[in-house]
Amino acid sequence: MAFRHFGAAAAVAVTLALASSPAHAVIEIQWWHAMTGGNNDVVIKLANDFNAAQSDYKVVPTYKGNYADTMNAGIAAFRANNAPHIMQVFEVGTATMMAATGAIKPVYKLMQETGETFDPTSYLPAISGYYSTSKGEMLSFPFNSSSAVMWVNLDALKKAAIAEIPKTWPQLFEDAKKLKAAGYDKCGFSNAWITWVNLEQLSAWHNLPLSTKANGLDGFDTVLEFNGPLQVKHLETLVELQKDKTYDYSGRTNTGEGRFTSGECPIYLTSSAFFGNVKSQAKFNFTNAPMPYYPDAQGAPQNSIIGGASLWVMGGKTPVEYKGVAKFLAFLSDTDRQVWVHKSSGYLPITKAAYAKAKQEGFYKDQPYLETPLIELTNKAPTENSRGLRLGNMVQLRDIWAEEIEQALAGKKTAKQALDAAVERGNVMLRQFEKTAVR
Amino acid sequence: MLVTPQLAVVLIFFYWPAAQAVLQSFLVQDAFGLSTTFVWFDNYKELLSQPDYFAAIVRTFVFSFAIALSSLSLALLLAVMADKPLRGVTLYRTLLIWPYAVAPPVAGVLWVFMLNPSLGVLSRGLSAIGIDWNPLLKGEQAALLIVLAAAWKQISYNFLFFLAGLQAIPKSVFEAAAIDGARPVRRFWTVTFPLLSPTIFFLLVVNIVYAFFETFGIIDTMTRGGPARATETMVYKVYQDGLLGGNLGGSAAQSVILMILVILLTAVEFRFVERKVTY
Amino acid sequence: MVEHEGIKRYVAHAILWIGIAIVAFPVYLAFIASTQDNAAIANGQMSLLPGGHLLQTYYQTIFVGTSGSTREPVGTMMFNSFVMAMLIAVGKIAISMISAYAIVYFRFPFRMAIFWVIFITLMLPVEVRIYPTYKIVADLNLLDSYAGLSLPLIASATATLLFRQFFMTVPDELLEASRIDGAGPLRFFWDTLLPLSRTNMAALFVILFILGWNQYLWPLLITTRDDMQTIQIGIRKMITTTDALTEWPIVMATAVLAMLPPVLVVVAMQKLFVRGLIETEK
Repeated sequence: MAFRHFGAAAAVAVTLALASSPAHAVIEIQWWHAMTGGNNDVVIKLANDFNAAQSDYKVVPTYKGNYADTMNAGIAAFRANNAPHIMQVFEVGTATMMAATGAIKPVYKLMQETGETFDPTSYLPAISGYYSTSKGEMLSFPFNSSSAVMWVNLDALKKAAIAEIPKTWPQLFEDAKKLKAAGYDKCGFSNAWITWVNLEQLSAWHNLPLSTKANGLDGFDTVLEFNGPLQVKHLETLVELQKDKTYDYSGRTNTGEGRFTSGECPIYLTSSAFFGNVKSQAKFNFTNAPMPYYPDAQGAPQNSIIGGASLWVMGGKTPVEYKGVAKFLAFLSDTDRQVWVHKSSGYLPITKAAYAKAKQEGFYKDQPYLETPLIELTNKAPTENSRGLRLGNMVQLRDIWAEEIEQALAGKKTAKQALDAAVERGNVMLRQFEKTAVR
Repeated sequence: MLVTPQLAVVLIFFYWPAAQAVLQSFLVQDAFGLSTTFVWFDNYKELLSQPDYFAAIVRTFVFSFAIALSSLSLALLLAVMADKPLRGVTLYRTLLIWPYAVAPPVAGVLWVFMLNPSLGVLSRGLSAIGIDWNPLLKGEQAALLIVLAAAWKQISYNFLFFLAGLQAIPKSVFEAAAIDGARPVRRFWTVTFPLLSPTIFFLLVVNIVYAFFETFGIIDTMTRGGPARATETMVYKVYQDGLLGGNLGGSAAQSVILMILVILLTAVEFRFVERKVTY
Repeated sequence: MVEHEGIKRYVAHAILWIGIAIVAFPVYLAFIASTQDNAAIANGQMSLLPGGHLLQTYYQTIFVGTSGSTREPVGTMMFNSFVMAMLIAVGKIAISMISAYAIVYFRFPFRMAIFWVIFITLMLPVEVRIYPTYKIVADLNLLDSYAGLSLPLIASATATLLFRQFFMTVPDELLEASRIDGAGPLRFFWDTLLPLSRTNMAALFVILFILGWNQYLWPLLITTRDDMQTIQIGIRKMITTTDALTEWPIVMATAVLAMLPPVLVVVAMQKLFVRGLIETEK
């Protein structure tokens, strides 16, 4: 009878449910991360290598979902006094983490207190600056970073008789029209991460502020300012070109990236870390180039800002545990290790030494497109407008900005109205965040 | 008392956290709970002063009824067909129930494979017929997409329960009606439908609750509330503001409002619709 | 049934096939995707017919894993999912049946209030309760355990409602007859109600098992050890939403494999969908 079957199954299940957890021998360091696929393998290898190299500590990496889920898991765990030691948080969560003074242990303090070797100047400024205070004190440890580049389908350029890769936006617009005429009628050019490329990176690349107080790095009372003439003109052009699909919107995130590898969009701006996909899925000659700029903007091109995630050390742990964490971070900064991570995952090396070594080893000769983001990041010394950004509620902000841009692209608002609304609505969110960020 | 086990679980794992959530709606807090300020009804006031919020409420009702009705009617039709002694009926039933088992993240991805404007298999078909399918920029198409995806997911569920309900109606009842000379369609409405009404009522309640609450996963994977909020429902806003945005107080306030609305709606259902149900 | 037999049959078959086409198409797509080349899928150029990579992909999925050298044992994850799903399905059915029985057949104070108390649990979204629920589970020391995975999900208002509906359709004569026979309430429950509820229990079991099987957010939150993770987490791990390479054929193959246990449950339960078990003559 079915009931007996239920009964048996239930009994088995309950017995198993009462099984206990295993014992610990060595001090465990819990590392929660959001890396999937090949990057997950990189994380596991790093942990294994560290564990094999010494016997006092054991780093235990656990996948806790995508970035948002991982962050929420960390928050929930903290509220239950159960936080991990290290948590990978995406760059847009930086403000939230920074504001949580008791919940986190800033990296520079950690390294100081445990006496591990740590030289902040050895890190690439455009990368570490994003995660540091304005005084250069590193708050979190950069782990996986990338930047926005322009991916180019060389075969398509040839077909449209375009001799060289566009360097400026006006050139790109012209080339896109030619590409469209040459048969790419569904898309002349496009991009992923609509706000990252067209607002955040655009502003930094042209040395224009996204918001006051060094884009929020200097204070939570920052006010949005990206509705300036250049950004408005840029959006106006996109709106115009969207009408006949010279520019074609591909969505808020990166779900449309396949349009490049399938050949539908011959020019596509997105993250440099896209190279893994491009390499394996594009059946044409490709390369990438730095983002285009507007030649009439003063100081352009400046430098790009990073995307990606960093490792935050959580508060409330014992000094012994912190020593282990510090050792691990030092382990990660080792030059050879950085070079390996860079080569295997496509994410950027975080130290100057690693970058130099990779270059010296001729790594970029065969794959010049891996160096493009580094060239962008180190183009000039970062200014107030291009060290990075730190805005609270960033995920919601991006949604709001994307909404407004979508309205402009759909012809429901003018570009100026859209950007003004984006700034206004965004400022409301920022003030809300400021209220909760008690320092 | 017999209800104790369920009550116990419910109290510990639901009411206690729920009470905390309600408490949260009166607070302004940072994500980690390090600084807390009691603000009375400020969160509620802020919510109710946003016209977008009312738009979301209306949109939620429209979506939910669309999803529930389309899913229920299609499932009922299929269940009635699958209730007959046809050849291969077991195969049919398995094929119709099986999609319920598709893992949610995978289901989301599959919909992208089907209907993403440039990459989707069905999108290619649509543009071949000349329809400009672009839910990224066209609000109504995005809304349609969500309704379709959400309804699809429920069809298997509803089908299963309708089938079980139909199976519980004794053959003798059908035979008696046939002998009485009623035509099949009439038979359905006068005999089957009333006997099925407890199940229908159950599914109506469950489907509406599902549409109100469970659809945020689909929205998150497919449109994230866009374009321009065309697919932003109340529960998605809760998710967005709370888990994504870290505004736990506002999110909790929204949940309380959502909960009250659904309780009212269900109470209405129980009061008015249940009268028509024959037991 | 005497009218136009033949045509009705064809109509029925046709409608069912259309229904299947609509409902099962995405599943078909998943299967197809698991047999094709990753580039074709990512570029949106997947054809609608099976590709040639079937054996290769499934072999890789079961024995090798994704491109790295380290992998999670699929077997362990499937096992965790199975235990969790079973616990939830059985637990929910048992608890709600008892509660529904009490609510429909007994007169006691606050009867309807209790029903509503249970029923309202459907209405507060999980996202809002999740932090406090997590805290409770952590305080009770139930993290990384099967109990922690299943217990919070066991109180099902849906099942209680379903059984309430069903019990209310059971004719009073049966209750009378059983009383006359000298049977107490427990006897009535066990000998009469339970067998009658068979089809509903079967349907519910299928649904609840699958629900438990498909849980993603909750197991993700409360498991910190890789060997306690469920197959849903495993699948998600393979779908990269940031910039690295997703190997779609393997993801789809794993998803298809992950659907097999629920399918087995569905097929097994079909046997209980036999009409005529219950002849409730007036």
